[in-house]
Amino acid sequence: MEEAINFKEVSFSYDTVQVLENVNFTINRGDFISILGPNGGGKTTLAKLMLGIYTPNSGKVFIHGKTPVQNREIIGYVPQYSLFDPNFPVSVLDVVLMGRINNFSIKYSKKDKIYAEKSMESVGISDLRSKPYSDLSGGQRQRVLIARALATNPQILLLDEPTANVDAAIEYKMSTMLSKLQKSMTILLITHDLGFVSELVNKVVCVNKKVHIHPTSGITEEHIKELYNDNMRIVRHDIKEDNLGDTEYRGPEISRKEDNLGDTEYRGPGISRKEEEAI
Amino acid sequence: MGDFFAALFNPSIPFIRYALFAGLLSSIPFGIIGTWVTIKRISYLAGAIAHSVLAGIGISLYFGTKYNIPWLHPLLGALISAIVAALLIGFVSIKAKEREDTVIGAIWATGMSLGLLFIAKTPGYISPMTYLFGNILIISQTDLILLLILDIVVIIMGFLFYHQFQAMSFDEEFARIRGLKTNFYYFILLIMTAITVVLMTTIIGIVMVIALLTIPAAIAGFFAKKIWLIMLISVGLTALFTSSGLLISYLTDLPAGSTIILISGVVYLTSVIVKKIIL
Repeated sequence: MEEAINFKEVSFSYDTVQVLENVNFTINRGDFISILGPNGGGKTTLAKLMLGIYTPNSGKVFIHGKTPVQNREIIGYVPQYSLFDPNFPVSVLDVVLMGRINNFSIKYSKKDKIYAEKSMESVGISDLRSKPYSDLSGGQRQRVLIARALATNPQILLLDEPTANVDAAIEYKMSTMLSKLQKSMTILLITHDLGFVSELVNKVVCVNKKVHIHPTSGITEEHIKELYNDNMRIVRHDIKEDNLGDTEYRGPEISRKEDNLGDTEYRGPGISRKEEEAI
Repeated sequence: MGDFFAALFNPSIPFIRYALFAGLLSSIPFGIIGTWVTIKRISYLAGAIAHSVLAGIGISLYFGTKYNIPWLHPLLGALISAIVAALLIGFVSIKAKEREDTVIGAIWATGMSLGLLFIAKTPGYISPMTYLFGNILIISQTDLILLLILDIVVIIMGFLFYHQFQAMSFDEEFARIRGLKTNFYYFILLIMTAITVVLMTTIIGIVMVIALLTIPAAIAGFFAKKIWLIMLISVGLTALFTSSGLLISYLTDLPAGSTIILISGVVYLTSVIVKKIIL
């Protein structure tokens, strides 16, 4: 199988603070990866290394065999919508077309517009095209940013916390949408939400200064329960959404018990190292 | 009122006509660039550029008078120092992220003091008030021709780079990943801001020019949700503020620059109230 992303002995630090230490992993083309880890563990740094925004202090990153700066245009990057000025005066179509920006065109071409239309369609926002971005809800804004990334015609889709600040219903919509996209591209999903992960993902990259990669094929609720036992509790959502869905949302959502917050070590979701070796 | 129009067509008092032309000519770049400055939230940088213009004015006055160099027009000095300041500020804001405001504050004040020192040492008496707060009596035909040339440059560039500026202002990181030379466009925007600021220093003065750059776009931003529409409204408002300010200042014998800014300020406050209470 061909490699999509490859980290070779990568270390990165901000000034004196070591964020990532000797990171080695490979992601294959067509994988659906979840990047998990605690806040400050280095998830976003990992993404920015892939995009060539940061350069490693040592080691190398390869995107489809080339350096990130050479090849980052094949990555469709979806940042967190909450980072932007919510009152920025643009329409939805304007934002999506930004996926087609280049240095010299005065106008967007017909081809650019077709890509924009297609990507809006695939995330279900075609009817919002002429609405001002500032009038949208959080979930809609997030989908606009996904459409912008898709308009670049990416081979890798990299989403940074797409489910942060959106409700469960939208989260569910997003997961069906991503499962459709998975057929045509490698997907990397930075998330803190284990429930969102389990249904779609085939490998989990756990980031907390060091990086471990786990396949998810064998993960069951029992595994998770066993791994996290008293630090975590499982909340089942066997809910039917009348206004939303034709299907049930079944993913388990795991959260730390509040009284244990802070003093526990992050152990990574999914499977223990022993099990990984067994597989 | 009739007096004003009589004066406008009176060949023996050209300055009022020149001032009106200068105001109308400048309103187009002010509307366009002011919109970008407001949206990209760089009015502080524009303020620093405007104030460092005094250095160029002072230097050209000093050398022009002392060594009798007739072509060393203060407006030329203003233009050069504005562009130098824009490059310096652009460089600082790209390189020194978190110290940006301190360094820019220093450039702001150093530019001004340099200008004041040269003006103080210029043979004969020149009031710095003329340049700080504007004086329509010093507008010459040469100024108008220079204005017209700069006008055309700003309009063409504003038209050529509309989409690039939009993408860069909304999400610079994404634009850079897409291969957009964001630093290049950032410098272009700052240089265009510098040129625009210089256009109005003779009428409005260095200290208040920043208000005329940002207030019309801020008002337009309350009611319009598209960048080109905000620009259009801003151009109209700038033209309205400058011409009505000139009219009122002529009728009441008040300084033109302050009158124009006061009108802008009153309209701005009124629209804030209208926006908050009525809409």
